[in-house]
Amino acid sequence: MKLTRRDVIKTTAGLAAGAMLPALHGGRPAAAEDLALKPEEGASLRLLRWSPFVKGDEDQWLANTKKFTEATGVQVRVDKESWEDIRPKAAVAANVGSGPDIMFVWFDDPHQYPDKLLEVTDLADYLGQKYGGWYDGPRDYATRDGKFVGLPLTTIGNAIVYRESWVKEAGWSTFPTKTDDFLELCKALQKTGHPVGFTHGHGVGDGNNYAHWLLWSHGGKMVDESGKVTINSPETLKAIEYATQLYKTFIPGTEGWLDVNNNRAFLAGELSVIANGISAYYTAAHDPKLAEIAKDIRTTNLPIGPVGKSVELYQVSSAVIFKYTKFPNAAREYLRFMFEQPQMDTWITSSAGYCCQTLKSYASNPVWTADPNNAPYAKASETLRPNGYAGPLGYASAAVMADYVLVDMFAEAVTGQQSPQAAMERAEKRANRYYQV
Amino acid sequence: MAELTASQRHGASQPLLVRIQQSRGALGFLFMLPAAVLLLLFLAYPLGLGVWLGFTDEKIGRPGVFIGIENYAYLWSDSVFWLSVFNTLLYTVTASVLKFGLGLWLALILNERLPFKAFFRAIVLLPWVVPTVLSAIAFWWIYDAQFSILSWVLIKFGWIDSPINFLGDPTNARASVIAANVWRGIPFVAITLLAGLQTIPPSLYEAATLDGATAWQRFRFVTLPMLTPIIAIVMTFSVLFTFTDFQLIYVLTRGGPVNATHLMATLSFQRGISGGNLGEGAAIAVAMIPFLLAAILFSYFGLQRRRWQQGGAD
Repeated sequence: MKLTRRDVIKTTAGLAAGAMLPALHGGRPAAAEDLALKPEEGASLRLLRWSPFVKGDEDQWLANTKKFTEATGVQVRVDKESWEDIRPKAAVAANVGSGPDIMFVWFDDPHQYPDKLLEVTDLADYLGQKYGGWYDGPRDYATRDGKFVGLPLTTIGNAIVYRESWVKEAGWSTFPTKTDDFLELCKALQKTGHPVGFTHGHGVGDGNNYAHWLLWSHGGKMVDESGKVTINSPETLKAIEYATQLYKTFIPGTEGWLDVNNNRAFLAGELSVIANGISAYYTAAHDPKLAEIAKDIRTTNLPIGPVGKSVELYQVSSAVIFKYTKFPNAAREYLRFMFEQPQMDTWITSSAGYCCQTLKSYASNPVWTADPNNAPYAKASETLRPNGYAGPLGYASAAVMADYVLVDMFAEAVTGQQSPQAAMERAEKRANRYYQV
Repeated sequence: MAELTASQRHGASQPLLVRIQQSRGALGFLFMLPAAVLLLLFLAYPLGLGVWLGFTDEKIGRPGVFIGIENYAYLWSDSVFWLSVFNTLLYTVTASVLKFGLGLWLALILNERLPFKAFFRAIVLLPWVVPTVLSAIAFWWIYDAQFSILSWVLIKFGWIDSPINFLGDPTNARASVIAANVWRGIPFVAITLLAGLQTIPPSLYEAATLDGATAWQRFRFVTLPMLTPIIAIVMTFSVLFTFTDFQLIYVLTRGGPVNATHLMATLSFQRGISGGNLGEGAAIAVAMIPFLLAAILFSYFGLQRRRWQQGGAD
């Protein structure tokens, strides 16, 4: 990028204006200015993110990015890739040492190549102190040996999305909160001709969310604290038995479903209950043709199983800076800017409940109370359980998920292709393949 | 010729450039060099690298070490891998046979005197022209568990009560992806065989007709033998395309339900790229080579039959 004299004047003017802002708004502590880094001369950045499911998310992120460019003169190109493609692209970028400067990555990605990522502990500490601290789950995904190798960006929540009138018609005035009652409700809904449907196919988000909820709510886990595979257990067996009962109440075809099938069937009125991000409701609420359905939609958290507390996976994303970037200061400054309250708050608001905050003080964002249906997604960052629980995050936990070990275990058993015991043993064998490394 | 030997005799005293220009061997080498470099760089090197990776435990983002045949040993005992081999063979054999039968049939029809011949020939090419991903997405809707047009029509006619579970049931899913592949692959077979049909001299048919050959006999003893070389080529390519198919499966089922439609190519991608286990992914890809080699050999020997057509021994 070539800097002209005009650019320099614009940049300095922008910086001066930016420096004045805190004074005008009053609240920013002195540490902020201490940490603000001056982007390198002629810096420009490339950010690669996952394709948004909620339009407001993308629009606001781009608007905030524009503000950053106006304030610093640093051009930021924002590219997007489909969810599944983020993982391999990030791994390749880390491996070959070239690609985007900043990337929004999934789950345990920062643990797969921590030495290729720029450490941002000071930035994370600064933001944590300023905004009430990070939630544990997202923080664990972004930290390695106590050091931040990325900034926890967001948690995309998952919750039960249901049609209130049909649940009432089936004889339930409120949505059940226990797994046993939930099974009874699903049976009743099947009888009234409004079945439920949860993804047993290779849906990256929905398939994994559902499978992990089944396992964890019954006390099963893939590995123990030391990374020893413990999936072959009486708890897992219970989870499989429960899943089999539940599966009998499903609409046909769920074992072939990918991520969008449940949204589609739900919005077409074929299903009474699904588990999904806010996007299913968001779509209905923003489509005049679906206004009737939107009015009937309610959301709530997934029922609690024998373990006695809510345990879910959710989709967690971190923003990482690759070490190879030529403009580390610009990249850090960009992330700092985007995580500061004026930007982060508007982004969370515009995401309409899709993106849950990772910093505690943003929990007061009005979006969570703006619509009662947003509320179940408000605590996603607070209540999530990391992938590969209770073992360490890293290559093995990521690979087990990517290879659909858990999803396939449940699908094999519920469809009767394998006995529960055999399905469990197969999952154990496949998981061992990754955890032995 | 005399001039050449004369200049060769004086070769030692000529500049190097001139000598190279006059040497058939050196010139031939020079002219082949760009092609050889391209082949080595873009075909041999990746292939060699892939084979090497199959013997390592390389992960994406982490260099691997040589581990011998451990990847293959694991795959040998991995039921998902064997399921993918079975699926790939089933997929390739069924789809190729169907594509051949239907393609040949279509070619024969299009070779007849038809009204709007050019129009029909253009139409036949359509499935081949549409990008695979787009046609796969169309099929994804056609096979949707809830909104399938096929189910809808059958329900309207009152032939079935509930939608067909196209991609959820293992057998249905396999049949569905094969049908989609056949739909897409027929034009290639049909149009190429049609080109082959048009090279057969009409005089052969006339002679056969005069000899009192029936339509079947004309097909069996004139068309088929004359078409054999092109059939060998077309079917080799068709088998290779089918065997290595990826996009269709990835869009329609991503290998589901419960790996019932996982092909070796999709499993290789899932383990190697999504799962980050490059070594094992490469090993699966390498395991495809013997099958592909067999297909190429089939074509090679198919082509050899030409000698027999030209009057030599079979």
